[in-house]
Amino acid sequence: MKIVLQNLTKRYPNRNKKIKEDVIAVNNFNFEIPDGKLIGLLGPSGCGKSTTLNMICGLEKPTSGKIFFGDDDVTDLPPENRGVGMVFQSYALYPHLTVLQNIMFPMENLKGKDKMTKEAMRAKAEEAARMVQIDQLLERKPSELSGGQQQRVAIARALVKVPRVLLLDEPLSNLDARLRLQTREEIRRIQKETGVTTVFVTHDQEEAMSISDLIVVMEAGVVQQIDKPQQVYEDPINLFVAKFLGTPPINVFEGEVKDGKVYIGGRALLNVVPEADWEEGDTDAADGVALKDGPVTVGIRPEGFDPEPNGELHCGLTAVEVMGRDTSIVATHASAANGSIRTIVDTEELKYVSGDTVNFRIKPSRIYLFDTATGARVRCKFSPLQ
Amino acid sequence: MDKNNNKAWLYLLPAMVFLGVFMVYPLFDVVIYSLEEGYNFASQTYFGIGKYNYSYVLRDPYFLQALKNTFILVIITVPLSTAIALLISVGLNSITKLKDFFQTVFFLPYVTNTLAVGLVFMILFKKTPYSDGFVNLLITACGGTAVDFIDGPYWAKMFVMCFYTVWVVLPFKILILTSALASVNPDYYKAARVDGTSKLRIFTRITLPMISPMIFYLVITGFIGAFKAYSDVVAIFGTDLNAAGMNTIVGYVYDMLYGNSGGYPSFAAAAALILFAIVLTITCINLLISGKNNI
Repeated sequence: MKIVLQNLTKRYPNRNKKIKEDVIAVNNFNFEIPDGKLIGLLGPSGCGKSTTLNMICGLEKPTSGKIFFGDDDVTDLPPENRGVGMVFQSYALYPHLTVLQNIMFPMENLKGKDKMTKEAMRAKAEEAARMVQIDQLLERKPSELSGGQQQRVAIARALVKVPRVLLLDEPLSNLDARLRLQTREEIRRIQKETGVTTVFVTHDQEEAMSISDLIVVMEAGVVQQIDKPQQVYEDPINLFVAKFLGTPPINVFEGEVKDGKVYIGGRALLNVVPEADWEEGDTDAADGVALKDGPVTVGIRPEGFDPEPNGELHCGLTAVEVMGRDTSIVATHASAANGSIRTIVDTEELKYVSGDTVNFRIKPSRIYLFDTATGARVRCKFSPLQ
Repeated sequence: MDKNNNKAWLYLLPAMVFLGVFMVYPLFDVVIYSLEEGYNFASQTYFGIGKYNYSYVLRDPYFLQALKNTFILVIITVPLSTAIALLISVGLNSITKLKDFFQTVFFLPYVTNTLAVGLVFMILFKKTPYSDGFVNLLITACGGTAVDFIDGPYWAKMFVMCFYTVWVVLPFKILILTSALASVNPDYYKAARVDGTSKLRIFTRITLPMISPMIFYLVITGFIGAFKAYSDVVAIFGTDLNAAGMNTIVGYVYDMLYGNSGGYPSFAAAAALILFAIVLTITCINLLISGKNNI
């Protein structure tokens, strides 16, 4: 079932009654979620992602705009008539009911011709429990389960009525790191197995990137970018998206474009390739801000730094940190946004690092330019200085 | 370790002295009083030790009347007040406008003095040379015949008593239940809504089980409070409760100590211990039932 969001907007009256202006939680959201895909709504807290989910679910009514499931307009339908399954952040398992009773609860609400016999309900509940591999725990109370098991029960309860759409609100936030890794694979597996269109909300970019088919990055109620996870990482549409995705985060510098070169701290780093020389298949410059000489915000991914004795970016060395397979260099630069930068480098390259300073050569594919005033991406290509 | 232990006892000493003097010693003393036959307060003498005090109290028609009154009061008011309080709390919880206002209104009886409330009830129910009381005005206006609620038939007096008790205990119960209702995670209701659960089913299958610990708490404290009813009865029917036939067990204990028939501390002690046994039994039964339903 594809989900179409059309000019979806949600306004709340301001909590501070002195301010007449409404708070806009979601602003003009347009998107068509393809059938059978897993979509991650990603953004910092308060960006409107949960509101969007609640509107898809039907728990909140949009101020304006429409929601379609397939060709059905469900904007004015209450949640129970939409055919949605929802997993809450707190799981919302009824503590006084056993796992089996919890999973059967949605079916017991059915009335009229949909009414099911006790045996049929039990069979379906057991089937759903098997799907999420909790069929051994049916007689337990939720308080006797681990966080991951509770999560599975909540998913089973959401799936038991075979919803058209599955919604997950911060599904992994209550789990510890190891379980989180395991459960997100599990969610991916269940989603693949059932083929149900799934939307989940998260503020954890790693979570969103690891299992989503598409991710939607939101900020302050406005959709910033919708694309495949890797695409969003490699081709961010603005500075916010670039900063929000990636750990360690992107390093931001105040730079300058002059005479076809990018400068940081008065030193040229790379050549800017004129648009006329772009090869076919390169991203069109038209959807970005045109490049012109002057100050510019430069973002460089941590993996975009190569330590080299005659590298162009001269930094003060703070520390070399080796954590498992990652080696990172923490360094300082006067033009960096918060004074220091963090890079991830190959261990072999550490031989170039000694003393108080370190020089980096920048990889052309890992550097992005943004408009200093608006944060919008300035699309261009780079080539190394000769 | 030993030194620490001594220190601990030292810190506990003040509390233990006060508890010992004002709680433990009187408790034992009551048991002893209740077993001393023919104890005389003035001469501090008694004839012997035995169960006579208990058998006397249990045969005393005034005590039996008090026992009956107390039981009727308990059986009617505890379930009724809890149910009404639940109804009002659910109502309060589902409105947004004027919620604080209504909460304050419902809480007013709690901060009002028992005797002042008794006075209000007198105005409502008592027949005086000038008026039949407000309730009787209503009854006659509706075509009924006036009833003397204060000095009239037993059922009328019992009605006033129960009405009063329910009204007086409501605020506390509403306070407890509204906070219990407010503490239920709203996600449960959202989950139930997504599943298309009817309002009634949400209430019986989710809300009630969620707040059941608080309801059991209210029932137990309600039982104990109703068994100990005394000041409310005095506020409405005056101090001569035996004559009015509206005495309660605590009232009987008081009468035996200080009332017109006063000066019988042994009978009072025996009656008090019988009340204690009843309350203990009912509380144990309650705990057993609620224990089974534990989450």
